[in-house]
Amino acid sequence: MFRTGSIQSHLTLRDKIFSLDLTLLFSILILGIISFFAMYSTDSGEFSYHTKSHIVRFFVFFSLFIVVSFLQINFWYNSSTLIYLGVLFLLVLVKFFGLSSSGSQRWLNLFFINLQPSELMKVGLILFLAKYYHRISSADVNRLKFLLTPLLALLFPVILVLTQPDLGTAFLIAAGGVVVIWLAGVKMKFFAYLGIVFLSVAPVAISFLKPYQKSRILTFLDPSRDPLGSGYQITQSKIAIGSGGLFGKGFLNGSQSYLDYLPEKHTDFIFTLFSEEFGFFGSSLILGLYIIITWRVASIGNMIRNAFGKLYCYSFATAFFGYVAVNMGMVLGLIPIVGAPLPILSYGGSSMMAIMFGLGLAMSFKIHKDQLVG
Amino acid sequence: MIRSGGESKLILFGRRMFILSAAKAVVTLGIFVRLISLQINESKKYKTLSDKNRFREWKFSPPRGLINDYFGKEIASNKQVYQLHIIPENSENLEFLIFRLKSILHLSEKNISKIKKRIKSQKPWDPVIVSDNLTWSEFSRINLFLHDLQGAEPVVSVARLYTEPSSAHVIGYVSKASKKDLKTKDYLQNKIAAGTRVGKTGLENRLDSEVIGDVGYKRYEVNAYGKRIKEISVNPGRPGANFRTTLDLDVQKLAAKLMENKSGSVCVMDIYTGDIITMVSSPIFDSNKFVHGINQKDWNGLIKHRDKPLINKAVAGLYPPGSTIKTLSAISALENDTSNPKTIIHCKGYIDFYGEKYHCWKKKGHGYLDMREGIKQSCDIYFYEVARKLGIDRLSETAKQFGLGKPVLKDFIEERSGVVPNTEWKKKYIGKNWYLGETLHAGIGQGYWQTSPLQLCLMTAQIANGGYKIKPRIILNEEDKQSFKDLDIFIADKKLFSDDTASLYEFIEKFKYKSLFKNPENIKFVQDALFAATNEPMGTSYRSRLTKEGFTFAGKTGTSQVRRFTERQRELEVKNEDLPYEQRDHALFVAFAPYKEPRYSISVVVEHGGSGSKSAAPIAKQVIKKVIEKHQLRESIRTSGFTTDNV
Repeated sequence: MFRTGSIQSHLTLRDKIFSLDLTLLFSILILGIISFFAMYSTDSGEFSYHTKSHIVRFFVFFSLFIVVSFLQINFWYNSSTLIYLGVLFLLVLVKFFGLSSSGSQRWLNLFFINLQPSELMKVGLILFLAKYYHRISSADVNRLKFLLTPLLALLFPVILVLTQPDLGTAFLIAAGGVVVIWLAGVKMKFFAYLGIVFLSVAPVAISFLKPYQKSRILTFLDPSRDPLGSGYQITQSKIAIGSGGLFGKGFLNGSQSYLDYLPEKHTDFIFTLFSEEFGFFGSSLILGLYIIITWRVASIGNMIRNAFGKLYCYSFATAFFGYVAVNMGMVLGLIPIVGAPLPILSYGGSSMMAIMFGLGLAMSFKIHKDQLVG
Repeated sequence: MIRSGGESKLILFGRRMFILSAAKAVVTLGIFVRLISLQINESKKYKTLSDKNRFREWKFSPPRGLINDYFGKEIASNKQVYQLHIIPENSENLEFLIFRLKSILHLSEKNISKIKKRIKSQKPWDPVIVSDNLTWSEFSRINLFLHDLQGAEPVVSVARLYTEPSSAHVIGYVSKASKKDLKTKDYLQNKIAAGTRVGKTGLENRLDSEVIGDVGYKRYEVNAYGKRIKEISVNPGRPGANFRTTLDLDVQKLAAKLMENKSGSVCVMDIYTGDIITMVSSPIFDSNKFVHGINQKDWNGLIKHRDKPLINKAVAGLYPPGSTIKTLSAISALENDTSNPKTIIHCKGYIDFYGEKYHCWKKKGHGYLDMREGIKQSCDIYFYEVARKLGIDRLSETAKQFGLGKPVLKDFIEERSGVVPNTEWKKKYIGKNWYLGETLHAGIGQGYWQTSPLQLCLMTAQIANGGYKIKPRIILNEEDKQSFKDLDIFIADKKLFSDDTASLYEFIEKFKYKSLFKNPENIKFVQDALFAATNEPMGTSYRSRLTKEGFTFAGKTGTSQVRRFTERQRELEVKNEDLPYEQRDHALFVAFAPYKEPRYSISVVVEHGGSGSKSAAPIAKQVIKKVIEKHQLRESIRTSGFTTDNV
């Protein structure tokens, strides 16, 4: 069946507004507002640079979220390959023209924003693979020929990001891709093969790791190994979270962050700061909001009757949860410090853009759930 | 061209998503449990760690309390000193800093290694004292180069200053706390900061727990780089308590001057209050040298000195009392009724006892004399006889009553008890029986006797006050303020009642003085004999008498033998001055003054000074004069009531 879906929606704007998932929308808004306070606290209680630019970004990308969700689903279906290739092209550009900071080349200077294409690739890859598996029949999924495209689509960006180097983001991109492939029905044995290959390559790969990356892994295994070096971040983060106790030290009273004991407090360690100031209740609230968002996105996946949407929503929900779990696991000392931002809360435009875009897509599936795709 | 999925495909997605959702639930639970563990279960531990991050404490030691004399003149005070501290964490290049300081201050290698060791042993924000007493030129040089001495801090601090060298022994000195100090002195806990000094000897040691004061601190909130963000709390500490002593600096100075180039001591005591007005040991030393650590050369100079300048001879020097003990021999004999003062004995210069010859110091002999003359002329033969009849155990009983054989004060760790010999003592400590001949020697204060000058001073005081036990003191406490309010009444009453025994006991009870006699006449008799010894021709200290009204005093000379004269030396009439210094006798003199209304007792010991009359009595004479001159001033302070706080 061939059907030229019109770009124009059959739904009125009023219909669209009424079919918005309000739980998802308000969860995002509440997280956004919480992030303003958290950022204000990282600026030591002054309304200065980080806070201002974070608020501006949130509203800009929240608008993006609304716009994306109101656009026809077929528009996104048609442009998904283009989006993927576009972001891949940007990643190649980073290799040549990227900005370097603390030994890694991750950013493109677009004058109004320093763009980090690897963040966009997190969503780009999922979108691309969802479309790919939408198009092939379930019979073809496990044929080698049809495994090649997804594998290459995954490896190209991952290798580009790994060599920036950016272990954390590369891992999160790969994980997102693997989730789509897994959900699409690829047999377990292929993952087993992949695992064997990974394990045999790992020792070689580790020898290519930068010294700081190696030391992070060793430090994770034994944080007391070097309490003032790599273990410092984990130790101080645990002290901050633990000392928050049940109710926290109070807004702007987080001594650990205020006194600069926390590294990267407005990006990767924003959860630590919040937990210190608002205690167990604060950190549970944040965790709860992320669970709600994950649940809403997955629920949208349940409603959708086409493979593209279902696959995308399931995968994005899982990936989104993965970002949260990796960041929290890291600051709680459960996994090594890899450098992964916390969605929405962390300072950083590219991450915010990717997450809002990804959530916008999910919302778009919800609004247009009855439309045929393709 | 799109191949649409079909329901089976969507069902597979759902099934696989279910597995992922289960995994998510497990991960969420893991994070949640971790949050509970950190923020609820272990929260206390992390709160402590967080506070440790936040706060740092800098301790500083307060100035030591002042120690003053009776009139409020400072004996131990404080002065401003210039110091250089290093705060290791403030320095980016510690090696370079130490190298620079080494050249600026000309520090020795030994010093450098000491400093480095110190830096390693303490926290990086605790200051290390590089030098605690910089000269002004060193201090200004440091300030000049300060811009490239990151981590170095010039500090103006206070340190102990001893203004009066005459009082070195009685005040003692302070220096750094040793490991032993920290172990044995419980009060030092929480009292030690960088630069704290601890009293080692004398009153500095005795009063240390109160004079040292309470350590102050500044508590700062610091950031992760050790930079002070804000002051959280300051505790200025508490300066050490000030103390007033019974000493009179003017007399101290005079006594030290008179004892210059001599080895020995001078003690003066108030015979009623027990106030120690003077306690000087000679040669003196400079206590200030210990404050910042004495150097090896100075230390050796003190340790190897022939006259042992570090020893407080007033309380730690022990000598046989010599003829000064004749006062107690007489009192003991009279009290025990073994001798009659009227008994006349013939002194021909020596006496034979059981085949052994016992000599009098006067080779030609004193001829016939009674007990008063015996004391006045200090006849040895007379007191051999007194002692023989009395027996050593009765004599030692009296000696102990009058304060010999035990410490006079509780204040000095260096004070020694001495020895009051008797039969039991000899059996116990020497393991032999007592010989009668030893009783004879004991009767004139030779032999096993070991007494300190302060004990002799106390003995004399208790004879001079009519035989009443007193409690000597050197530190004036708050409760002492009122303790001698009624002293004048006591002195007046005593005169009034001294002839009426019944009233006397009533009076003793009233003033809580314990009497040391059975018959006050016996004490009076000895007082009178001592007056004769100083103020009548032929008396042993006649040449040192003071004749001015109100200044007359009564005293007893003594010579304590360092070694016994051989028969040959006696025949050759070897004079003390002709012997090598170490073999010369110690010269002793005890006295009380003024004779008519006695108030002060004195003891003077000049080591290897020969005879008491020649070298000790003339010193006593001048000291007594000074003490009596200051009597009115002293009394005015006593009666007006002194304060210990705003001295």
